[in-house]
Amino acid sequence: MRFLPVMLLSFVSVFTLQCTKKTSNEILIGEYGSLTGSEATFGISTNKGIRLAFDEINAAGGLHGKQIKLITLDDQGKAEEAAQAVTRLITQDKVLAVIGEVASTRSLAAAPIAQQYKVPMISPSSTNPKVTEVGDQIFRVCFIDPFQGTVMAKFAMENLKVKKVAILRDVKSDYSMGLADYFTAKVKELGGEVVSDVSYSSGEMNFKAQLTKIKGTAPEAIFIPGYYTEVGLIAKQAKELSINVPLLGGDGWDSSKLSEIGGSAINGHYFSNHYTTESQEPHVVEFINKFKLKYNETPDGLAALGYDAAKILAEAIKVSGEVTSAQVRDSLSKIKDFAGVTGKITIDQNRNAVKSAVVVKVDGRVNRYVTTIAP
Amino acid sequence: MMKSAPLISFVILALMGLMLDQFLNPYLQRTMALVLVNIILAMSLNLVNGYTGQFSLGHAGFMAIGAYTSAYLSTHWVAPAAIVPHLLFFIFYSLVSGCFAAIAGWLVGQPSLRLKGDYLAIVTLGFGEIIRVIILNSSALGGARGYFGIPGPSPISFGGLALNAFYSFYLVAILWVLTCFFVIYRTISSTHGRAFMSIREDEIAADSLGIHTTRVKVKSFVLSSFFAGVAGSLFSHCMNFIAPSTFSMLMSINVVIMVVLGGMGSMTGPILAAVIISVLPEALRPLQELTGQDYRMVIYSLILIVLMLVRPQGLLGHKEIWNFWRKTRVE
Repeated sequence: MRFLPVMLLSFVSVFTLQCTKKTSNEILIGEYGSLTGSEATFGISTNKGIRLAFDEINAAGGLHGKQIKLITLDDQGKAEEAAQAVTRLITQDKVLAVIGEVASTRSLAAAPIAQQYKVPMISPSSTNPKVTEVGDQIFRVCFIDPFQGTVMAKFAMENLKVKKVAILRDVKSDYSMGLADYFTAKVKELGGEVVSDVSYSSGEMNFKAQLTKIKGTAPEAIFIPGYYTEVGLIAKQAKELSINVPLLGGDGWDSSKLSEIGGSAINGHYFSNHYTTESQEPHVVEFINKFKLKYNETPDGLAALGYDAAKILAEAIKVSGEVTSAQVRDSLSKIKDFAGVTGKITIDQNRNAVKSAVVVKVDGRVNRYVTTIAP
Repeated sequence: MMKSAPLISFVILALMGLMLDQFLNPYLQRTMALVLVNIILAMSLNLVNGYTGQFSLGHAGFMAIGAYTSAYLSTHWVAPAAIVPHLLFFIFYSLVSGCFAAIAGWLVGQPSLRLKGDYLAIVTLGFGEIIRVIILNSSALGGARGYFGIPGPSPISFGGLALNAFYSFYLVAILWVLTCFFVIYRTISSTHGRAFMSIREDEIAADSLGIHTTRVKVKSFVLSSFFAGVAGSLFSHCMNFIAPSTFSMLMSINVVIMVVLGGMGSMTGPILAAVIISVLPEALRPLQELTGQDYRMVIYSLILIVLMLVRPQGLLGHKEIWNFWRKTRVE
């Protein structure tokens, strides 16, 4: 057992070794994400986007004459690790602001800590409304779930020019209920009519009863704010019942599994999403090219949102008089019409992003860009 | 051991806590809190896996019961702090949580502990998953999103010295760590403990000596589940947020690693291992910051493999930490 004291000693020394020699030439930004674990792809994509953004800024001379230093900590996709990582970033590394996380669960675990220590936190892609409700330090750059209902209602009324719509919602999911409610409200506001509003529970396989009921009311479009598993089946069964109106949905449809399940029946239907690589806007094309150059792959939605989160934070630091957490928080809350790659972003009074969403059309495995809908 | 040992160690630890409270930053305090929770988990599992020789893989399930019970109680049922001191409440929450977990332990143990061999491992594994899936699907407990807004103990001030909320938590936690330690320590040196160990050594022989093996095994299992529930309760108040994904099989395996690494059948071994296993991933974080690469888990696993190769019987084997002190003194 002679090695035990030695081991313990080395252990303690590693633990107390602090590598946060904060020089006055650096602005420390913390990031926590799932770099390992079952959701590692999410965390790695986001991290790539953030790093690209900060590298660009540093190459252009940094902010206030200082370079940005990003400290990334892994949370292994676990909520308790996320809380631990954020505590470390804030109390030990003393970062100015925190970026993270993708999953709402982990953002919710970490947000109270950022709130407690009054350090602003920006979530790139947690869409659950509860995340920013934690407190005035928590922001997000993606839209909240229900907003997609508004977008699709607008799309149906203004682009597809329909007046009578039906809703088929998943009663078991907060996500689906939120989207459906916002959709109904916007349709009524724009002078349309919801002719039928029926529901299913996720996990069901047969939707013919609901679809027959919907068919009886002769809608011109059907809004199905569910997840791809059920949506694929619904599309198939709708085709069998010769319902040939457009089906609409939210980003829950966004999966390569959708066309696998739905087959050809899902082609030609529309759903809303955060971002598309098919966009022709110059700054989006530029981002995609830079990303490809650096990482040799096409950026996905999470990378784009990570990039926007980092860029918005940099913008907030730039316009702040003093580089303090409190000042940056105030500047963040005043972000308006920021041209991000995922749309024009304005932070509203609830610290959520008000931004445009893209509508895409399913065409086999690829999703074709149709239009961008502003809020 | 002296009769007043629990009290003396409580006072010493409480005084040490004052220093921790004043001189450690919140991140290190949080790590410390997790260490205390893991110590209780390791000690309680050691009772079943180490002393009774049964292999349980469902510790995370009991912990989840405790954590959610405590979370639900503390958010739905708060009595006025003016009447009862706030700290007592947290002790009460963990007590109730422990009882719930103990009841669950009894229900699981009663049928499955009649069997011999590896069945218990499979039954408890299944049980842990059932608990997790039930929580995942119940919206009252937050479902997959998790349960948030769990209050921690509020800060107390002590003779004009304003202390952090950490100290309040620390007091409750060390109270339970010591309770767990001394209850298990004294149980294993009593008739009950001898019965536990006789089952570990040879179940048939124990049976022939007139020990009701099933009843004894259930006793050990229930006591172990109780403390797992208490640990869960402490965990929920320390993290202020719990999600079903936390209480997965990995968590159970982590506790088993602590027990095996520390030495099955040693009181202090699992405690030492719990400290190492909780601190090691955190201690390796600077490495990630320096290199930018995440080799944390690779190194962590490597250290575990090396330790098991060097000390296959666990860090302390069947011995206690004080046995080593004495030996060095004689030499």
